[in-house]
Amino acid sequence: MKKHWIIAAALGMAVSLPALAQDKVKLVDVVELSGAGATAGTNWKNGIDLAVADINAKGGILGKQIEIVHYDTQTNPGNTRAAVQRAIDEGTYAVLGPVFSGPIGASMQIAQRAEIAQLVGGEAAGLTKQGNQYLFRTSLSQTAAMPKIAKYLKDTIKAGSVAVVWVNNDFGKGGRDAIIPELEKAGIKLAVDVSTEQGQADFAADAIKVKNSNADAIFVYLNEEESARFLRAAKQQGITKPMVGETTLLGAKVIELAGDAANGVKGHVGLSIDAPIPAFQEFGKKFQAKYNYASDHNGLKGYMAVYMVKWATEKQKKFDKKGVADTLRGATIKTSEEPGILIETTVEKNGDLDRESFLAEVKDGKQVITATLPKINP
Amino acid sequence: MAEFLAYLIAGIATGAIYALAAIGFTLVWQTSQTINFAQGEFVMLPAVLVLLAIKLFGAPIWLGALIGIAAFILIFGVGFKLAVVDPMIRHGVLPLAIATMALSIIMKEGAKDGFSAEAQKFPSFVPTETISVFGAAISLQHVAIIAVAFAVIGLLQWFVGSTRLGRQMQATAQNPTVARILGIPVERMVLLTFVINAALAVVASVLISPIYLAKFSNGEVIGLFAFIAAIVGGFNQVRGALVGGLIVGIVDSMAAAYISTSYRLAVPLVLLVVVILVKPEGLMGRKEERRV
Repeated sequence: MKKHWIIAAALGMAVSLPALAQDKVKLVDVVELSGAGATAGTNWKNGIDLAVADINAKGGILGKQIEIVHYDTQTNPGNTRAAVQRAIDEGTYAVLGPVFSGPIGASMQIAQRAEIAQLVGGEAAGLTKQGNQYLFRTSLSQTAAMPKIAKYLKDTIKAGSVAVVWVNNDFGKGGRDAIIPELEKAGIKLAVDVSTEQGQADFAADAIKVKNSNADAIFVYLNEEESARFLRAAKQQGITKPMVGETTLLGAKVIELAGDAANGVKGHVGLSIDAPIPAFQEFGKKFQAKYNYASDHNGLKGYMAVYMVKWATEKQKKFDKKGVADTLRGATIKTSEEPGILIETTVEKNGDLDRESFLAEVKDGKQVITATLPKINP
Repeated sequence: MAEFLAYLIAGIATGAIYALAAIGFTLVWQTSQTINFAQGEFVMLPAVLVLLAIKLFGAPIWLGALIGIAAFILIFGVGFKLAVVDPMIRHGVLPLAIATMALSIIMKEGAKDGFSAEAQKFPSFVPTETISVFGAAISLQHVAIIAVAFAVIGLLQWFVGSTRLGRQMQATAQNPTVARILGIPVERMVLLTFVINAALAVVASVLISPIYLAKFSNGEVIGLFAFIAAIVGGFNQVRGALVGGLIVGIVDSMAAAYISTSYRLAVPLVLLVVVILVKPEGLMGRKEERRV
């Protein structure tokens, strides 16, 4: 008799398992956990995990717990395509990631064909110029950031000539192609145009080249580790001219790796845990407590990506994959509606974002925000 | 002139690191007639082990360096010879070469999973300052790399050429059978060669990691360029590895400066092709004959 009860209980549990599974919503994160994008990808992943933990602790999305899965793309476009396809085949509700623009460009058509929203960390201007209605940024695009940097170089740095150092991938080339016309518009001469390779280890020759250009300032647009290596090489060569960059150059990991060489670096920052936004600072503390290091902008981007999905789902009051993209397009997410978004964010029709951003400087090994810049279309 | 000098010094410093790694290629080649495809990882791993020792034991940098370096020489000098070379060499040179490829992957992935996928800051024993030489700003770190690398290579040359142990090593490398007949402890000499290879890798790792940062994938670049350096200089000559390393480093630096930064990676490869076409045994190498 006892045996029958055991069998009945086992059957009952087996029957209830699918029901339990249905109480979850699956999100797949396709991200650079190794390779050249490991620093950015690890921050992005940790930001996502933090958001998922927060949301699940508060009851999930429309009562469903989030099940998060991370796939390492190794910063390889081919692997990224395969991972996005796998995510869709496995029934992801939305695709999160990747962070690097090259792998995004290589994989975005897959989510587009499946009509599933893909929330990415990439900044390359070209990504949202291709008419993909399912691609959404979590950061400002280069198109939005570069005019602010050119203005900063002209008005604050008073630079008459600028050396541009960029990484020869989609991210770097997009930035280089966006800054040069802005420099021209501002009447700033291009002193030297230095292309470097992704994953490059030795920047001595590049730093010497920049030094010999006698530029008034240096605009550095490299990935995290390469930024740190370049800053160290520049210090070794005794370069004292202002180093100006975008969010990555002033990131926590770059500051940690570059050490003293990062001091004095200035630039435009899209997102920062040091910004005078209490929600950012609160996020920074939670991140530090959980992972024992300071988050860079990619941690914030990953966190906000999950909340963008949550907000869109709750806005449409149902789980509709296609509806997530439709709801996000053209929407303004206010912190009063969704505190997890951390800062009021407008999602433009093409997937670009508009929100406040910041000017910053590295002082004594810390990023210090010096000004807050308004939204482009307040 | 000042500009050229700055590029030259930077190239020599990079080349000195390639030379240290390239000498490892030649040492392993001389004793086992095979290529150690994990040579790049041999330069990558000591830095990771030093940082790991500091992290695990909370050791100060000097103690961490000692623990990491000792662990590396023991595992990847003695261990490499006993666990990889000895069992595989009986089956021929090709299986051994393939085994080193596997070792390369294990070392790289092990460093990634066991330590970190991200680059880590590695302490420098030299201040990051510059000195002015004929108007060129020369980095003290580059000067230190050149000085230490040349001192180590000089010491190695002296050891091999002027000491009894070194001459026994040379004899073993040239003809193990005759060396054995002459009473030279061949096995011990081969083991010593692998320990020296590991020690050279450690020196290269400690010198270059403050600049390259410690990262699991660093071996890919160093291994490739050291391999090119060994072929350009001559695979069977320690002097060849030194010359090849310096040439590759200088060519790389000059290519970035005066040709194009976009094609700098291709230039050493072009150099390699030219050397193979013109002097297949390498610039300093000697032709080898084999009886069949």
